[in-house]
Amino acid sequence: MISSRRRPTAMISRLGRQEGELIDRSRRLSFTFNGVEHRGFDGDTIVSALMAEGERIFSRSFKYHRPRSVLSATFHDPGCIVQVGDEPNVRAAHRRLRDGMAVEAQTGWPSLRYDVGAANQLVGRFIGAGFYYKTFIKPQRLWPTYEKVLQRFAAGGRVQASSPHGTYDKRYAHPDVLVAGGGPAGMAAALGAADAGANVILVEEEYELGGHLRFGGSEDLVALRELRDEVGAHAGIEVMTNSVVTGRYDDNWVAVLQRELPQVAERLVKARAKTLVVASGLIERPYVFEGNDLPGVMLSTAARRLVNLYAVKPGQQAVVFAANESGQAAAADLDRVGVEVLKVVDPASGGELVRALGRGQLEQVELGDGSIVDCDLLVTAVGWTAPTLLVNMAGDRPRYDERAARFVPGGALPDTVLATGGIVGDGPLQALVAHGRATGTAAAHRALGRADSIDIPELEPAPHPALFRARTHGIVDYSEDVYSKDLVAAAREGYDSVELLKRYTTATMGPSQGKLETINTVAVLAEATGRSIEETGTTVWRPPYAPISLGALAGRILEPVRYSPMQPWHDSHGAKPIVAGQWIRPEHYGDAAAEVRNVRENVGIIDVSPLGKLDLRGPDVSKLLNFVYVNKWSKLDVGSVRYGVMCGEDGVVIDDGVTGRLAADHYFMSTTSSGAQAVHEWVENWLQTSFPSWQVHVTSMVSAYASINIAGPRSRELLGRLVPDVDLSPESFSYMQVRTGTIAGVPGCHMWRIGFTGELSFEIHVPAGYGLYVWERLMSDGKDLGVGPFGLEAQRVMRLEKGHFIVGQDTDGVTQALSAGLDWLVKLDKEDFAGKPELVWQHERGDGMRLVGLQPSDTHLVPAEASQIVSPSGAIEGRITSSRFSPTIGRSICLGLVSARLAVAGTVVTVKLPDGRHVPATVMEHHAHFDPEGSRLRG
Amino acid sequence: MIRIPCPNCGPRNSSEFSYFGELGSRPAPDAVDPAHWRHYLYDKKNPAGWTTEKWYHASGCRKFFAIERNTLTNDVKSGRPFGVESSSEESS
Ligand SMILES: [Zn+2]
Repeated sequence: MISSRRRPTAMISRLGRQEGELIDRSRRLSFTFNGVEHRGFDGDTIVSALMAEGERIFSRSFKYHRPRSVLSATFHDPGCIVQVGDEPNVRAAHRRLRDGMAVEAQTGWPSLRYDVGAANQLVGRFIGAGFYYKTFIKPQRLWPTYEKVLQRFAAGGRVQASSPHGTYDKRYAHPDVLVAGGGPAGMAAALGAADAGANVILVEEEYELGGHLRFGGSEDLVALRELRDEVGAHAGIEVMTNSVVTGRYDDNWVAVLQRELPQVAERLVKARAKTLVVASGLIERPYVFEGNDLPGVMLSTAARRLVNLYAVKPGQQAVVFAANESGQAAAADLDRVGVEVLKVVDPASGGELVRALGRGQLEQVELGDGSIVDCDLLVTAVGWTAPTLLVNMAGDRPRYDERAARFVPGGALPDTVLATGGIVGDGPLQALVAHGRATGTAAAHRALGRADSIDIPELEPAPHPALFRARTHGIVDYSEDVYSKDLVAAAREGYDSVELLKRYTTATMGPSQGKLETINTVAVLAEATGRSIEETGTTVWRPPYAPISLGALAGRILEPVRYSPMQPWHDSHGAKPIVAGQWIRPEHYGDAAAEVRNVRENVGIIDVSPLGKLDLRGPDVSKLLNFVYVNKWSKLDVGSVRYGVMCGEDGVVIDDGVTGRLAADHYFMSTTSSGAQAVHEWVENWLQTSFPSWQVHVTSMVSAYASINIAGPRSRELLGRLVPDVDLSPESFSYMQVRTGTIAGVPGCHMWRIGFTGELSFEIHVPAGYGLYVWERLMSDGKDLGVGPFGLEAQRVMRLEKGHFIVGQDTDGVTQALSAGLDWLVKLDKEDFAGKPELVWQHERGDGMRLVGLQPSDTHLVPAEASQIVSPSGAIEGRITSSRFSPTIGRSICLGLVSARLAVAGTVVTVKLPDGRHVPATVMEHHAHFDPEGSRLRG
Repeated sequence: MIRIPCPNCGPRNSSEFSYFGELGSRPAPDAVDPAHWRHYLYDKKNPAGWTTEKWYHASGCRKFFAIERNTLTNDVKSGRPFGVESSSEESS
């Protein structure tokens, strides 16, 4: 029966009410763990609820698949990483329990208790340091197999492709002061800063403010309530809980990750803080001894959290190894709630912990006097690690304080970063709060540009015995299964610098990223090499402090999408949309070939609004055009347009288009759609930095004008019906001319006689607000002429029939102007223009690729674009850049880049198709496959 | 993310700007040999320390300007617009 799936032998470990407990006993939640039903309370973490129900094992270790339980009972607890529903790698000692959660252990395959991977333990001692390097580096061809094996045994969760999209968010914030860490010193710093008039963001990694005060005694709880109430009541402080400062970048650009917000999975806050106060507290560090990873061995702060925050009894009989007050306090907590504390071992009075014994869980502890104590809980308190990431990122290097046996900030912080609390030093609560308040006040003064100097009281790290490893060897890195013995062996192999050692052994490289492991790695290495910890040094903390999902980094999709003013018409007339850069454009309206025929026989209109358009005014425009284009512009008459190509200083084609002269000092330039922004920058760059004395004013007109190309033998007749004030006859408005006039009653429209499609055509630029109206008038007034819309595809076919190249399609990032077949256009006798020297040299060499027209012998075979052109020996001689079936001439046509020596009309080249077939194609005399003389567009 | 001091707009996030590389001078195109021209095109000093760079306030005032930046510390000295100095150089 399904209802009987509740574990029958659950050993209930929930205590009676604790003074600072976070759980709400009136709100029961149910959830499953590996398919078995469990219950917990609102306010529980996943792990505290499971512990209360008697569960002890939450995962298996990465390499040897040893059972893992609670170590630190924090977000960074390496043994408490689980799958929740479709979300992998959930930090279960942090994540709050929710009703209905389906929790699964990630590495328990096939079951947590009898994990076949644990067979690795039998050969485990042979999987030593550098195992992965030595075993898997060669032979390379076996890597796919290795990967499969490793993946099966590794600790990762499962990502499901079917998971619904979460909402992720970003926010920009501009606090005067940002305080990282919401313990007593952090809260005091926020208050100090806010009282001094700063607006403050206070960030706390856990779900509530308070830090270690939360699991202290009654006095701590009173102080906590006072501080928390004061923070909550202060309008100048914004509190972000369940949030973490993941890094501090240049100019105090502080990244804050907020988790589990309403309707938002995660939000990345990019805060530009005038000053940053680092109050990241201290992390308790584990002790290295044999058996230190057995379930039942935990840190003093973990035991205190479980008892005081979640009312969970972590064991029945305990041994406490206490080198400091935290250990003593844990012993007192355990004793108070009825755990039998069999022994409190104090190293200061000669007590020694040798090893922990047990099969799959703690059963006995061996002490220095040879005694063996039966117990199921071993609590260690051997010291602290200061998480110095944020001060490191501000340029400070940690310094080892031998008296305190921990690394502390080195004291080289910029004015904009301050530190307070445990990271700086130890002291009674009043001292931490006083230091925090003064630091916060000083931070506010610096942020607000006040000169007031603030007296910050001293806060020194307290002396602490240096305890890293017992006389036995044990685990240093719980996530990566790295033993102290492995580190000693690696040091003997010559990996005696910390940075090398960690890469070789992977110590500190697992999910907790060194927070628990680094100091012990350094200490064991120091011991193995006979150096001091100071001499050995530490590894630099690197961001992010806690994992950030890719979703949070990506945030919302804020890429702009652009539509032309005629888009509503396209939508209601069956246009198939295509993404072209930022623009959505009609690819076709159902039948591109029919659209081509209609343009060639009647008249068609295409929306070309995305074309780049620059309005150029001033007396020196022709100088500018002469410089940025490869051809000459000094003799362009008013009323004429000219085609031009732009090259970079390396001679590579970057854009092409047509520019018309509207008045003596007024020109209108069109660029490619994709190059619109780059050309604008390119032109501004030359004007502003090289020729600031030239008088030219540049304005982008892309969205100011809607642009329509009217193409086909009946285009003149169609446009003529709408234009009363411009004579469109070939005698007065010839090819490559421009006129300004009224279209369908809309004044101020530019009309250009040009022909990308190879037909008689007029490109009109209409004030954008009238674009849709003019488009509709063209359609309705030209009905009897057979007018129809055409899309990008028909335009591409027609321009290919005509042999007009497209920058970026028929050229690439190394195609110089002469390779694009522009010998006729490039004027090397001009004094200067962008890219001129390279083109002079290309002309002299005569080498490189050449763009040519190509026709496959098989008239119905259209080689895929990017098909290679190969020599008989198989060497690459070029490629097809554009290919289509031409409905106009009834055969396949191409443009291609080929080696210069093949670019001779009549040469038959070999095209290698993607399927491997080789087919012949002939190099043509012209790029144009249709009407090479241009009689149609000049008509 | 560093902030860039635009001479027109003040300090703004560097994401508003385009980076146009180290400031160099363009050789006269008719007298140049390929080695010198390509030195201008491709060889950057990339010093570990102070360097002068060209930036463009693309998402702002659309002005080009030069700044001095320390590549080791990302310290930035205030930006100067191009036109101003160049024209004074020309007139002097
Ligand atoms: Zn600006």
